[in-house]
Amino acid sequence: MRRSYPANVKLIRVPCTGRVDEVHFLKAFEQGIDGVYVAGCLEGECHFLRGNLRAKKRVGHVKRILTALGINPERLQMYNLSAAMGGRFVEIAQEMTEKVRALGPSPVKTGQGREFIEEQGEGKKR
Amino acid sequence: MIVAVAKPIADIVAMIDRYDKIILAGCKACVAVCAAGGEKEVQLLASALKTARKTGGREIEIREITLERQCDPEYVEQIRGFAGEYQAILSIACGVGVQYMAEHYKNIPALPGLNTAFMGGSLEQGVWSERCQGCGTCILHLTGGICPVTRCSKSLFNGPCGGSSKGKCEVNPEIECGWQLIIDRLKALGEFENRFAELFPIKDWSTSRDGGLRRITREDLRQ
Repeated sequence: MRRSYPANVKLIRVPCTGRVDEVHFLKAFEQGIDGVYVAGCLEGECHFLRGNLRAKKRVGHVKRILTALGINPERLQMYNLSAAMGGRFVEIAQEMTEKVRALGPSPVKTGQGREFIEEQGEGKKR
Repeated sequence: MIVAVAKPIADIVAMIDRYDKIILAGCKACVAVCAAGGEKEVQLLASALKTARKTGGREIEIREITLERQCDPEYVEQIRGFAGEYQAILSIACGVGVQYMAEHYKNIPALPGLNTAFMGGSLEQGVWSERCQGCGTCILHLTGGICPVTRCSKSLFNGPCGGSSKGKCEVNPEIECGWQLIIDRLKALGEFENRFAELFPIKDWSTSRDGGLRRITREDLRQ
């Protein structure tokens, strides 16, 4: 296949997305990372039965924390794809890179306050 | 266990706004079991607070520690060595823990990171329900093991009241009528006839909150 994906995407390998914990996401944002996404197996296809579903819940939880902190929850995403979907992997890496680039640098790095204000359950950009 | 829930992060961020160096103290007892104030929650909250601070262009130093219990002096004293170096103690134990911190470290503000909710148990993972109000005079042997003080919204001792409909309480249709539960249980135990006919005398609430601050002294254990 030999397709390339954006060089800004750093891969962190875990045995299963069920291993990923809320604190891993938060630590990344605390350190000024602009965006994080989880690439889990397709739903229903987890070798450990529920690992990717657990990860999905944790992503949801951290999105709520990010919202409370004034960081756009779009900076954290979960995608599902199989190990055989190399093309989709590249697409996702590009899509996420574009999304994060459009959002700009993390407010943790800029230190300019909340970038995101929650309004009646619906988010709004500052 | 004592069940508690995290305060909204925004409230905590506002609470610690004037401090730049704090201790974040968790508790490995009840609040760890109900996933509100254990070691993991300490890590999460510390990271969230540092992140919040950075978005405002400031930093905060947080010393993370999770004590065995925050309701016993010997464990609360474990932070004595370094507590003086910090401006505040943010405790994510129950209200007892926060107050113990305040009592032991008189010159350092103790701040609550949780809202302490009730004494209860878990129904399933992530769901907790109240079971005891600590009234100080247990009558569970008379009510089929179901507490009328807690399970009846009105804490009636001679229920059910007129607000009981199809086993549900008028206070909230999602709440089961405590007295319906008691009657069903007594019937199942074959104790309904001899128990339900008897009226409960007026309860002495002085062993509950009405008697002021409660204290137990066990001379056999005291040193």
